[in-house]
Amino acid sequence: MPKKYQVPVKAAPPRFKPIGKYTTIEFREDCAGSCRKCVKKACIYNIFKDNYKHVAHMAEPEYLYACQSCFRCVQECTRGIFSRVINPEYRSLGDDYWQADVIHRTWYQAHTGKIPVSGAGYRGPFVGEGFDSMWTDMSEIVRPTRDGIHGREYINTGIELSRRNSRLSFSEDGSPVDGMPPVFEIPVPVMLRQPKFGVLSENVLQAAVRAAYFLGTMFFINPEYYSANLARFADCLVPCLSKHNYIDFLERAPGIRMMELSYDNESGKIISGLRALKTGLIISAGVPLNSEAASRAVELAECGADTIHFYADSRGRELDSENPRFIKEMIREVHLRLVGKLIRNRVNLVFSGGIAMAEHVAKAIICGADGVTIDIPLLIALECRLCYRCRDDKACPVKIGDINPDWGKQRIINLVGAWRNQLIEVMGAMGIREARRLRGEVGRSMWFEDLEKENFGPIFGEKKVSGLV
Amino acid sequence: MKNRKKKNVFPETRVTPSRFRNTIGKYTVRRNSRCISCGLCAKLCPYGVHQRYENFNKSLRPVEHKCIGFACRENDFFCIDRCPEQALTLSLNPILDTLGDYRWTDEMLIAHWEMAETGNLPAVDLEYSLGNSGGGFDKIRFKLTETESCSGPADEDIDMSVLLNKRSDGRPEKTISMPCYGGGMSFGSTALNVIVGRARAAKRLNTLTCTGEGGYPEEFVPYADHVITQVATGLFGVREKTIQYAPVVEFKYAQGAKPGLGGHLLGDKVTPRVAAMRETVVGNALFSPFPFHSVYSVEDHKKHVDWVKEINPRVLVSVKVSTPSDVDMVAVGSYYAGAHIVHIDGSYGGTGAAPDIAKKNIAMPIEYAIPKVHKFLTEEGVRDKVCLIASGGIRNGMDVVKAIALGADGVVIGTADLVALECVRCGNCESGRGCARGIATTDSELGEMITEEWAENRIVNMYLAWRKEWCMILRRFGMKSIRELVGRSDLLVHLDYLEESERIKYQPAPNIKLVI
Repeated sequence: MPKKYQVPVKAAPPRFKPIGKYTTIEFREDCAGSCRKCVKKACIYNIFKDNYKHVAHMAEPEYLYACQSCFRCVQECTRGIFSRVINPEYRSLGDDYWQADVIHRTWYQAHTGKIPVSGAGYRGPFVGEGFDSMWTDMSEIVRPTRDGIHGREYINTGIELSRRNSRLSFSEDGSPVDGMPPVFEIPVPVMLRQPKFGVLSENVLQAAVRAAYFLGTMFFINPEYYSANLARFADCLVPCLSKHNYIDFLERAPGIRMMELSYDNESGKIISGLRALKTGLIISAGVPLNSEAASRAVELAECGADTIHFYADSRGRELDSENPRFIKEMIREVHLRLVGKLIRNRVNLVFSGGIAMAEHVAKAIICGADGVTIDIPLLIALECRLCYRCRDDKACPVKIGDINPDWGKQRIINLVGAWRNQLIEVMGAMGIREARRLRGEVGRSMWFEDLEKENFGPIFGEKKVSGLV
Repeated sequence: MKNRKKKNVFPETRVTPSRFRNTIGKYTVRRNSRCISCGLCAKLCPYGVHQRYENFNKSLRPVEHKCIGFACRENDFFCIDRCPEQALTLSLNPILDTLGDYRWTDEMLIAHWEMAETGNLPAVDLEYSLGNSGGGFDKIRFKLTETESCSGPADEDIDMSVLLNKRSDGRPEKTISMPCYGGGMSFGSTALNVIVGRARAAKRLNTLTCTGEGGYPEEFVPYADHVITQVATGLFGVREKTIQYAPVVEFKYAQGAKPGLGGHLLGDKVTPRVAAMRETVVGNALFSPFPFHSVYSVEDHKKHVDWVKEINPRVLVSVKVSTPSDVDMVAVGSYYAGAHIVHIDGSYGGTGAAPDIAKKNIAMPIEYAIPKVHKFLTEEGVRDKVCLIASGGIRNGMDVVKAIALGADGVVIGTADLVALECVRCGNCESGRGCARGIATTDSELGEMITEEWAENRIVNMYLAWRKEWCMILRRFGMKSIRELVGRSDLLVHLDYLEESERIKYQPAPNIKLVI
């Protein structure tokens, strides 16, 4: 049996106590003192084991990362002295895109490598902005394998990053006319990218690069951060170069298999030139995701780029626009333009920005991406709290710069492993066995506007409110 | 004549307070040390916030969840003002911030605990009919009528029964006395006392509950007429005997919480008794595969249905499916394969532990699926031959009638039953020793926190309170039977589909930003 790709996860506990959501408030003047029935001793999750102290010795309220919110202590204390509030630090964690809950779950996944699981149904809004206004489909009786939950290893999440010829052409003696382009595959549709902020010390880079190397995926790196220490991981590095420095860099860094060229109007020419110079090199073009993205995609696909890598902003919005569209719509536009020009299959589309959760990977692929890249989730996996103090050269509250690269590597592997497992869950439910088959497969998704129109339209008539409000 | 003799008798309420000494209410009432135990507050309060026992001279801690809060200021029995020592203070309970979520808000939870305690709709100003999710049921309202009169038939003259077998195929024409029955919760996932309590409640209410896929514990046998045997993909505990016990057998193809993923019972929950019931090994995690390995077409499915009908000639067959985009086709296929009940389970519900990604993203919410299936069955001309049951994200009494007006004959309730048993929806059904509230656990200590009787009474009470809501709605539209409401979507409005001038007449959808 061929070897199956698996991501070995291993617990990598946080170095600092993560910011907890809850804190208990105790009206201590009512406490009976050394009560033998103290509910802190009885906590079934034993979360007070580290911070159980006699009330007389407790100075500050304690923020409970591990509190599972069962309300037993609140409801059972013989004197009723407990109440609970939300930790004010938790309230200020993240923003309205990178929500505290997203950060928390990312921490959990980087810590354990497990899929977040909970009971008692869904607890969020009915519908939301961006990716939250679409659902993925499932199939009642069809499954990609007949092995139920044990057949998941047969689901392939691999994608290609290399270009393809539209058709084969043969000479009269039956030999192919054009050489076949190289085939370049990665086993997960998630690539890593150097974050734009954060304490990017040698240790942090090493952690991310080693994780990418181990996972068999790619790491998009700013060439200024490239050093000889990273040379042995050259297989997984994608330097993001411009027309000014690409020649120098390729000479300086041997063993690079894939590079990215930031787009300008000469890109087509340079790509053709490079093709002749370095036949095996996979070339990606880095393009800002703005209103011209689709036409540039057509241009670059026709010039023979292998992959086109679009950059949205950190919250997945279109660039250079007063009224930016979300990455979901942008992917549709680029993908459909290429489909319309009959060149979608020649090139691969990778999107970056705003990919915050595993479901975003699946949904981006459904919209028409081949793969995605992530940057901020890498920092969060390393315990980043998105406080952005580093932008002002202030000290990092979790000392990210000083991490042990092996620990950081495991945290990132755990995160990608958990995401991949979730992607497999979604694909399994849809009855899709190949991530490549999922690309652009909107028939396996349901969109808010369509569902409203199809099911509520006949009952309630015309919708008077646009958008999601 | 028959109807007249058989009035819609409902069980009586048995007041069943919380298991915990400190209840959670919307308001907190604090008594400070100035209190002189004069007992005036206990005499004043008609809601029972202040209690006092005979021959016990000290004041007790206020029963806070009974307090109606600042609205009480108008009353001459407002204890805060009347206290001669000013020893009492009233405030909003700060703990509400940490309770509830977008779908089940803090007030909805507290209101359901109160209903389960008293069998009445709460006196406290709690919003228990609308969640904060900003879509679906939370934006659907019943049309306003000209007159909001209270006249019309009395509660006991309103028929809430639902006919489960509409096929006229010679099998029993079974009815249940209210438009809800209990969803499957398996022996193994949920404490035995809880599921037996649900069965006892089902018997008292003359409705049904479901075994889930964990087999048929002997404790169910006395209530066998009210217990559905579930046949799920793992086939755990399915025996000829348990098929013969059952008035209804439910085939579970998928469940809304994890559509297309099968089931998973963690090893910790597989105690010796659970293992014996499921014929497996103690401590080993149990997977239910997806889908049925013997069903890859409607024809295969028919074979299953025929097999069950053969074993038990009196049984009705229910088919539980999730809500993919082709749910309408699946429903029709199930009908033609011989199902009496088509049960569609929407994606936002479920009680069991499931991956968060699945609960949020896979399959469509039930609000869309009900009209879709109802319409398609009608167009195919078979709507009158099948009982359409909806579930998954139906939280409260109003959701039930909204679902029925959208086109369902009845609904299945899971989460609300658990909330009646003081579930706080913390979601940790699966971790460690299981549910800290003693509901979804087989832990030797936690699993004994609830008694059968307590569970039974709480669940019965909640439905009795719901029934009052349903009767109000039916009276409003001059109906005498819940069956008249089925598919009357013309009585519903959706806020987003109304002109501004119309919309302001209706209660707006709650839109509170929560810290999640």
